[in-house]
Amino acid sequence: MRGNNVLGLIFSNVHEERVRELTEKRTMGSVPFGGRYRLIDFPLSNMVNSGINKVGVITKSNYQSLMDHLGSGKAWDLSRKREGLFILPPFSGECSMSNSRIESLSSIGTFLSNSREEFVIVSDSDVVCNIEFTDVMSSHLKHNADITVIYRSGKLPEKICDPTVYTIDPDNRVRDMLINPRADGECNYGLSMLLMKRETLMKIVADCVSRNLYNFKRDFLQRNISNYRIFAYEFKGFTQTICSMNSYFEANMSLMLPKVRAELFNADRPIFTKVRDDMPARYGLGSIVTNSLIADGCVIDGTVENCVLFRGVRVGKGTKLENCVVMQDSVIGPNCRLNYVVMDKDVVIKNDRSLLGFQSYPVFISKGSVV
Amino acid sequence: MLPKQEVVAMLLAGGQGSRLGVLTKYLAKPAVPYGGKYRIIDFPLSNCVNSGIETVGVLTQYQPLVLNEYIGSGQPWDLDSINAGVRVLPPYQRGRKSDWYKGTANAIYQNIPYIERYNPEYVVVLSGDHIYKMDYSKMVAYHKEKEADCTIAVIEVPLEEASRFGILNTHEDASIYQFDEKPKVPKSNQASMGIYVFTWSKLRKYLEADEANPKSSNDFGKDVLPAMLNAGERMFAYRFEGYWKDVGTIDSLWESNMDLLNPKIPLDLSEENWKIYSRNPVMPPHYVAGGATVQNSLVAEGCNVYGEIDFAVLFAGVYIAPGAVVKDSIIMPGSRVEENAIVQYAIVSENAVIGKGAVVGARPEDIENKDEWGVAVVGDGCVIAPGTTVPPKAMIDAETLAEEAEK
Repeated sequence: MRGNNVLGLIFSNVHEERVRELTEKRTMGSVPFGGRYRLIDFPLSNMVNSGINKVGVITKSNYQSLMDHLGSGKAWDLSRKREGLFILPPFSGECSMSNSRIESLSSIGTFLSNSREEFVIVSDSDVVCNIEFTDVMSSHLKHNADITVIYRSGKLPEKICDPTVYTIDPDNRVRDMLINPRADGECNYGLSMLLMKRETLMKIVADCVSRNLYNFKRDFLQRNISNYRIFAYEFKGFTQTICSMNSYFEANMSLMLPKVRAELFNADRPIFTKVRDDMPARYGLGSIVTNSLIADGCVIDGTVENCVLFRGVRVGKGTKLENCVVMQDSVIGPNCRLNYVVMDKDVVIKNDRSLLGFQSYPVFISKGSVV
Repeated sequence: MLPKQEVVAMLLAGGQGSRLGVLTKYLAKPAVPYGGKYRIIDFPLSNCVNSGIETVGVLTQYQPLVLNEYIGSGQPWDLDSINAGVRVLPPYQRGRKSDWYKGTANAIYQNIPYIERYNPEYVVVLSGDHIYKMDYSKMVAYHKEKEADCTIAVIEVPLEEASRFGILNTHEDASIYQFDEKPKVPKSNQASMGIYVFTWSKLRKYLEADEANPKSSNDFGKDVLPAMLNAGERMFAYRFEGYWKDVGTIDSLWESNMDLLNPKIPLDLSEENWKIYSRNPVMPPHYVAGGATVQNSLVAEGCNVYGEIDFAVLFAGVYIAPGAVVKDSIIMPGSRVEENAIVQYAIVSENAVIGKGAVVGARPEDIENKDEWGVAVVGDGCVIAPGTTVPPKAMIDAETLAEEAEK
């Protein structure tokens, strides 16, 4: 059922310093992932699949590729007369370019106050998962919560940026919240997704601004633990936070596991993305492909092992690709050898080149480079 | 009155396509899947858009549900414009004289009001059962240059095969002087491709005359075109070079899919400036497992390949189990080939299951009597029991399977 009284808000520029290479010319939300997606496809599709009709995407800088990707929102069924997709670029004048979510939220005050939805889900765009927000909503209502935070139980992902770790009561109420603590064992860490009433969001943002407090985690959440009923919802499915080149690489590689694919690409909750109308992938004579994820439009004449190939990648004869992530329209000539390489879009690797990275340090080749 | 459109295309999509047997049991021929992610109608629709024709009427009659749903608003082909776009035109009731489409010409005749709304100069008539890439705007330009009343696209076919086609005999200036439907002794090798450009005012006159003739079978090829020729209208042949294939039979549909795997055949679907658009499935990239063998194949998104495929066309969401072998075959969306099953020279339709160890089809070299060999076809939703054999040339559909199971 569409239309459930919830507004979606996505921050498209988050933690970009963590994957500088990938976000040099794009937002975190438009980082390519998994052969045909961009990271924002995950929160956006999750919202749409949970019946959310109206989504605002908050941008700050470098959002050309994001706008190109989102277009009218048609691919997510968000191009509509009532509600739909709203791209919310910064207001010049009001916004210093500091990376503050509170400032961004304050600058979209009109958008928020003009919306009719009672609730709002706020999400970052650096977590890959397939989550049903209606379950979060039920939990929120059951606990009569002011704010529900979504967390995961387990070991903190390495290099995760400013993780929040929650101490949770047996009845799921959040008692304490630590930011960037030293936590070695299992803990409850946040997935940067919150659900609350739209009015509550606007009120807390206004409070923060009036006190000149601009840190989202510290001032919006931590300070308010005793003032508001904050509850936690545990998400048990697959998640991968993109917080370094390594985690980006691993997240792509984890898609080789049938279990991860089945969960992430659940046919009842599909992940939508912009379509490109490529022909199906074409395999030539003598192509050898094992354990790889291959998108439409690829033309493969060589050997491919443990790789993710995005749309329109070409692999020449006699070339051997192992453990590589190759983005859209990159061309690898004949007789190359590549191992542990992450290639951005439109890269050209000419004949007979060898590039070897290592699992813990994949070689990165930036957009449009010619090797 | 809508803004004038110089060219309106009318796409004949009502045919049953009975020669495709079980493949067209529940859908019209133009909706038959092709090439791993397309349906046949994607080709004329994409050609229209790429040629700058944005007003397309699709005439449907037989099993229109899948086709209607597939065309939808026309958005995948950019045919959802404000004033133009694609319209599905079924036969409808009106006054006393309402009827099904009696023939190709009658189908256009019944939709004269649709065409008139755009006040066009030219009407392009297309059919929905051919695979080709063609710039219709060049053909329209040729039609204008020749000041023709009707232009028919032709393609050169080998003279020994010419007797299977409708052959056009022309003078040196390409003007047509004779139609020869499947001639025993062909005088030329110019076969009609079933693509016509008409000057609308002329066509309208002939359609009305044809309708008034009770003896007419209301068919373009049999009635309207000969009538125009006999009346001395200016009719020209427009020569097309490139890949063109009628996919109206099981064999030709199978061959045309296999043509996509042949690098020597000039049908490139990856051409950036002449894309073939389609309604894309929402599925992740396909996965090829360790231990799988994939060669000379076309594999669409959402597939999972654990077995061996060679000269195969796999549509979206197909599953090939470990130990399964698929060779020289087409597997349509959502079908599964289970462990150790062998599929050779076969077309497996949508959502079918080939059980463990089942054998579908055979290689021609393994059959002594060549007359017994042919492409095997497994229909929509069929479940082939484990260990059973589907002989070559067989055509299986789900209902007969169920009846047999009851016995």
